[in-house]
Amino acid sequence: MNNALLHYYLLRYRKIMDKAKVIYILKRIGLMFMTLFIIMTMCFILVRLLPMSMPEGASAQQQETIQRRWEALGYNKPILVQYGIYLKNIITRWDFGTSWKLKVLEPASNLLLSRLAPTVLVNVYSLLFSIPIGILLGVYAAIRKNKWQDQIISILVMLFVSIPSYIYAFLMQYFLYYKWQLLPQVLYSLEDGGGSYFTFKMFTSMITPILALSFGEIAGLTRFVRAELTETLTSDYMLLARTKGLSRRQATYRHALRNAMVPVLPMLIGDFLSILGGSMIIEQIFSIPGVGQLYLYSIQQRDFDVFMMETIFYTFIGLAAGIIVDISYGFIDPRIRVGER
Amino acid sequence: MEEKEKKLQEIPSEKFAFVNTDAKLHDEKFETKPIGYFKDAMRRFRKNRGSVVAGVIILFLVLFALLVPLTSSYVAKNVRVSEYSKMGPRTTWGYNIGINGSENKEYNDLILLKNYGIGVAAEYRYDEATNTEHHATFEEGKNSAYQPIIKQGSGYESRMGANVSYYYKANIDTYLGVGFQYYELNNAQYTKLLNWQNETGIQVLYPMIDTTHPDYFDCGDEKIAPNYWYRASSDRNSKGAPLTSTGAVQRLKTDNNIEYNDIYLRKDGKVQFFIRVGGGTTETASYKVRVLYYNYYQYLYGVEPNYIFGTDSQGYDLAYRMATGMRLSFALAVLVSVINFIIGAIYGAIEGYYGGATDLIMERITDILVEVPFVVVATLFQLHFSDKVGAFPSLIFAFILTGWIGTASRVRSQFYRFKNNEYVLAARTLGARDARIMWKHIFPNTLGTIITSSVLVIPGVIFSESMLSYLGIIQLGTKTSTSLGTLLSEASGLWQTYPHLMIFPAIVISLLMICFNLFGNGLRDAFNPTLRGADE
Repeated sequence: MNNALLHYYLLRYRKIMDKAKVIYILKRIGLMFMTLFIIMTMCFILVRLLPMSMPEGASAQQQETIQRRWEALGYNKPILVQYGIYLKNIITRWDFGTSWKLKVLEPASNLLLSRLAPTVLVNVYSLLFSIPIGILLGVYAAIRKNKWQDQIISILVMLFVSIPSYIYAFLMQYFLYYKWQLLPQVLYSLEDGGGSYFTFKMFTSMITPILALSFGEIAGLTRFVRAELTETLTSDYMLLARTKGLSRRQATYRHALRNAMVPVLPMLIGDFLSILGGSMIIEQIFSIPGVGQLYLYSIQQRDFDVFMMETIFYTFIGLAAGIIVDISYGFIDPRIRVGER
Repeated sequence: MEEKEKKLQEIPSEKFAFVNTDAKLHDEKFETKPIGYFKDAMRRFRKNRGSVVAGVIILFLVLFALLVPLTSSYVAKNVRVSEYSKMGPRTTWGYNIGINGSENKEYNDLILLKNYGIGVAAEYRYDEATNTEHHATFEEGKNSAYQPIIKQGSGYESRMGANVSYYYKANIDTYLGVGFQYYELNNAQYTKLLNWQNETGIQVLYPMIDTTHPDYFDCGDEKIAPNYWYRASSDRNSKGAPLTSTGAVQRLKTDNNIEYNDIYLRKDGKVQFFIRVGGGTTETASYKVRVLYYNYYQYLYGVEPNYIFGTDSQGYDLAYRMATGMRLSFALAVLVSVINFIIGAIYGAIEGYYGGATDLIMERITDILVEVPFVVVATLFQLHFSDKVGAFPSLIFAFILTGWIGTASRVRSQFYRFKNNEYVLAARTLGARDARIMWKHIFPNTLGTIITSSVLVIPGVIFSESMLSYLGIIQLGTKTSTSLGTLLSEASGLWQTYPHLMIFPAIVISLLMICFNLFGNGLRDAFNPTLRGADE
């Protein structure tokens, strides 16, 4: 990289990140951790008030180990002391507790990490599939506002937004698997799918959940884009652009569309972050070994450390998505100055 | 100009006359009634056809939920009929157009022969006075009203090594296909049944089977065994195929006129209609009887087994279960929405009206609460309280814990908008207290938006409930009631073979979601004063 270019980037960087913005971001992150801490505390107390039990079928040696671990973690001490130990373990050793039931004596964070890949993959595919379609449909509906094309799209959007995603899941399963035998009913296990989540065979088994997830996503995005674009299409600068001699297509593409994307893009960025959480019901129906399924298992088996880990994870994702959406507004649209009064 | 004015002033006073001397002049009263905010909203709502239709459908569903459990014939059916579980829809009026609880499948011919046998056996008659028995022929059995096989289609042969099996497409009435069943009755029950049978002429009791007969086929299933009443083959390749009187195996492929030879239990030349079990005297003994279930059902419940939506996986009437499920969903959604409305209104009003430090502190509390994932709240509440207060109340608590925040923030922003208006200042100058200004003067302005948001809470609650039930996080299903999500979750393993278990609850949930969303959106547009006149 030559000097001039470096200089340019530095300038640009300085322009994007002025002092007010940095302070605002740091403040938001600080607040986020405070909120996370409070929610964690509440959940921890509520979880530890529940009775613990030994895993069924554990050997005597395992039971003894677990018992000793529990003592070390202060399970017989007051809850606040337990919480102190829990926090200390997180900070010093990045230890979010241990799975006592699902995978005996495995760290809870390992369990969660091993389940991130399928969740993220299915949801990323679904987003990649639905974002272009959603935006295109939304733009088309807005351009054809109040014509029959728009009305059909609006009715479909209303239907697809309202119908819960698990109903698409059943329909997809019924037709694609049961009636036409095109695709497998549930996700292949790792062994069947070729040892990795990235193989083509695995992808084919993901098509049904991807479609089931996409309908609602497409409909929601279409509605949002249509609403934003119709608003910008009727604004004054569009009139000016047309008066200057731009054709309708040019004016729409250069002015309306770009301004309509200002609220759409942050939403999409937020979507990309919140897909880490996944959809529990889709993971349940298609037996995707993901984060949502782990949550359900942890409740069924009363594996409270894993449950706690999942709670922290979900809360963190929700908080982080909120911050990133807010901040990205400022980056996408220079007129919006976040953090300024 | 001046000239003219002068002339006007010089008009003599006698030229003036009163226009009106007998009445006082005043503003005329409005002939029409004033159109207030709500009336205007109502008027605009009525113009939105989609929302009105949605409202009508919601009303219909509410009526369905309320009335179906009240209808007497359905109350009688709020019983679990395990023999008729997972049955398809069946009605008298729709019997010939396919709503007849039938299954269209390919069947092994041995199963078809068993089913034909049910029809043949149902036509058996016995006259006790003369000790004469009437045995139906195959043709009579085929045309019997109790013949489960509605239609038999083409067949094909399938060979596996030395084994030959025949398969036929057929349409079988699963209600009649249950056939005969064994029951143990006490003396009183037995006589009652006997009397009912004599009164109505509907034959329920059929002869017992001689299970010690060498040609008795033991199928190993107590629910199916009463249907092997004829001499049957126990051969591995032709299990349960009827034998002729000479002992030859008959198959559908080769024999046109199947001959069923009964192996009824006979004592001293008389067929036996019961076996005494458990000993004791005539009064205390149990009677094991073999009944034709279709007629026994009529004896028990007084009606033929007709279920418009079929039965659920446990044998309850699906229409009834759905109605109770919808009741629960409505009750939950309305309760949550009303409580959210109240809490949100009070909280938001205080925040917005007082502002400053009060607002700051209260906002931080909601900031934290709103970030707690709902599913975690629902789970923790279930784990802690469902044993103590029950699943339903703890679910309501979970919904309320974070649900009111949206309402509160709406009310808060409206209060910020209106609290510095002149009319509020005027009210304050006149000595109105804070509470009066809040509820009498500012709050009515916020009503439109929060009514809308309260309506839009309803589909969200219905969806969340169905999702949590489906995932098994909450268990709302009991003997007397269930929830829509529980119905879906009960169907989850079975619905590919019994689609009606999934289809009807899914349709109801989808309808509810669509209609409430449409209705809510219509309300939102109607209450939005900026849209006023946009459509005119």
